[in-house]
Amino acid sequence: MTLLTVSGLHLAAGARPIVRDVGFGVAAGEIVALVGESGSGKTMAARAVMGLLPPGIARTAGRIDFAGHDIAAATGKQLRALRGPEIGMVFQEPMVSLNPALTIGAQMAEGLALHTGASRAEIGDRCRAMLARIGIGDPERCLKAHPHQFSGGMRQRIMLASVMLLRPKLLIADEPTTALDTLTQRDVLDLMVELTREAGTAVLLITHNLGLVANYAQHAVVMRQGQVVEQGRSADILHRPQQPYTRALIDALPRRGPPSLPRFAAPLVTARNLSVAHPGQQSLFRRRPAHLAVDDVTLTVHDGEIVAVVGGSGSGKTTLGRALLRLLPAAGGSIGFAGQDITAARGRALRPFRAASQMVFQDPHSSLNPRHDIGRIVAEPVQRLAAAERARAVARILDEVGLAGYERRLPHELSGGQRQRVAIARAVVARPRFVVADEPVSALDMTIQQQILALFKDLQTRHGFACLFISHDLAAVEQIADRVVVMEKGRIVEAGLRDDVFDRPQHDYTRRLLAATPLLAAA
Amino acid sequence: MRLSANAAIGAGLVGLLALAAIVATVWTPYDPLALSLTQRLRPPSALHWLGTDEFGRDVASRLMAGASAGAGIALMAVAVAVAGGLAIGLVAGFLRGWTDRVLMGLNDALLAFPGVLLALGLTVVMGSGREGVVLALGFAYAPSVARIVRGTVLSIREREFIEAARLCGTAEWRILTAHVMPNALAPVIVLATSMFGWVLLAESSLSFLGLGLPPPSPSWGNMLAASRPYLASAPWLGILPGLCIALTLLGVNLLGDGLRDRLDPRMVRA
Repeated sequence: MTLLTVSGLHLAAGARPIVRDVGFGVAAGEIVALVGESGSGKTMAARAVMGLLPPGIARTAGRIDFAGHDIAAATGKQLRALRGPEIGMVFQEPMVSLNPALTIGAQMAEGLALHTGASRAEIGDRCRAMLARIGIGDPERCLKAHPHQFSGGMRQRIMLASVMLLRPKLLIADEPTTALDTLTQRDVLDLMVELTREAGTAVLLITHNLGLVANYAQHAVVMRQGQVVEQGRSADILHRPQQPYTRALIDALPRRGPPSLPRFAAPLVTARNLSVAHPGQQSLFRRRPAHLAVDDVTLTVHDGEIVAVVGGSGSGKTTLGRALLRLLPAAGGSIGFAGQDITAARGRALRPFRAASQMVFQDPHSSLNPRHDIGRIVAEPVQRLAAAERARAVARILDEVGLAGYERRLPHELSGGQRQRVAIARAVVARPRFVVADEPVSALDMTIQQQILALFKDLQTRHGFACLFISHDLAAVEQIADRVVVMEKGRIVEAGLRDDVFDRPQHDYTRRLLAATPLLAAA
Repeated sequence: MRLSANAAIGAGLVGLLALAAIVATVWTPYDPLALSLTQRLRPPSALHWLGTDEFGRDVASRLMAGASAGAGIALMAVAVAVAGGLAIGLVAGFLRGWTDRVLMGLNDALLAFPGVLLALGLTVVMGSGREGVVLALGFAYAPSVARIVRGTVLSIREREFIEAARLCGTAEWRILTAHVMPNALAPVIVLATSMFGWVLLAESSLSFLGLGLPPPSPSWGNMLAASRPYLASAPWLGILPGLCIALTLLGVNLLGDGLRDRLDPRMVRA
């Protein structure tokens, strides 16, 4: 039985079309994935189903039928009666969609109080039962707590629980796990599948991750630039794509690169028993004890190799990268670079290391100064060169990253992928020997991810720098890493050649990480 | 996007003030300091548009000269406040630690006093006269600039492009001037606009109390003060400078609101 039918949907912002002639259906109890990159219109199409289009965007044509209701013709009052008990929605960022000023209990009770005639005591009971169902140890305390007291994964579970309390017929989940790490992502999605199956709820899962489609959705709708490119059974779409764009998306998934030989050269960067402490919070009279974000880590990176550091959020991998670059002080142990101990080097003694090491950050919006043009940003590492030589170096590297002639542009004029190219250009312009790349592709669209990964690998091969590649995305790691280091709670739990770690994982945590990575082959 | 009607009125009033202030530097109907014992306390007439005061000086000329003096002092005082506050806020926010605690402790102590009161105390120390008033007002209003700048700097210094600059071997003082400062300027510009109004009012208050520009130099504040004995017999002497002050403040506030709405990125529509 078809629960939701969207046909001939057109959305426009003024004269500019956002969504053109989109049609798809969702049957009761099934999971349909709406797949596309940013700007494909997938979120707007889903919002139109709820009658929740942002101001400035309007439906210009099309029908939306939901369980006998014509949503396109529904009044505000009718829509409000549908939202909640009939159609629920979960957003990407639970920190934003949960009100930080209200307790979890107040927010969970809101929907029940509005849409059912239940008494306060009854509402409380149902909330407690639901929290217990999603595996919260102490539901009573959770109801009185505020959103900030929970981790991102916990918040998303709570969000899911409060939406599912009303047992809606359709759940719209807009990138529900994009902000979470792999292990948490799997927990949250498994929970979503369980809860919706129990309640007989259909799910419209909006995602850019094809792995999730393979693992969770029965049907998939691929969108691009406001139009449906292809739709059908997930297995057909993923394994027998008919359209070139779908094929390009699938080809953009990282694949394992050729194996590399173990190196015997002297290591370039060495960390010996390195510990890094996060200072405890300062309260009025005393500082709470610090905890070790990186605990007794020993690792080496050789010239010209890519060592990947993987782990869930909070595993200390980013802290390790920053400490190796001396952006954070070490609490114990030592860091060596090209035979010199640089653990405590300052000023002049640190200068050779600064000149030879660089970093690529995760978020290219934050890592480029919005007031400097691209030429000036890329020139920063080579600021000590003469002006003409500097301009030549900048032009050459911009050409290498495919942005020739972009010197005078400002960061906000560039797309996310282009900005990350700028960040990579800045990192390699001074020919560093060591680059730390902290989740360099996880903020980007999938086809862009692939381009940036390929560019990075290409530059790395050409310039031969050593690289510490920090990522929670095992697929990307599998594609470009030579060696892999797995971290959990600040400690290294497993380290080895890439193929050994991926094919013969020794530690339980590594196995869980690998199992949680959504792969096409699972379909 | 156009300015709203309110902002347009504000811009008109401020424009009028600026025009009067600029014209007064080269031309006034009469010498604002020239005494005339035969023309004392004359009401507005064709000869003297806005009348004359108790020494027979032309009120229109004195109001224009007062606008010039007041606007000049307010501009310079705002410049002093912005420069001082910017420097303190940048250093405190960027260095954190003890520097921050000491600087902001002092800053907060100063912020606890109303600006006018602080300026009043400072003019006593620095002496009246143009430079004294400018410095006193500048110091009195610098702490609020410092607060805003420090807050902005605290968020900017955590941005990744600061770390990127550090990794490029850029010296700390250059990170401060090339990366932090340009990004901290926007809120300061908005603040400086509205501060111009407060400072103008504070300058008038100081002059009214006899601590601003010493007589016989004309300023709206001391004109208002001198008019008190004649309020019943020559009301234009008090009403006109009061009206000037009120209209200028109204103009600055309307314009400031309009600017703030316009500079607020949330107001930008697709």
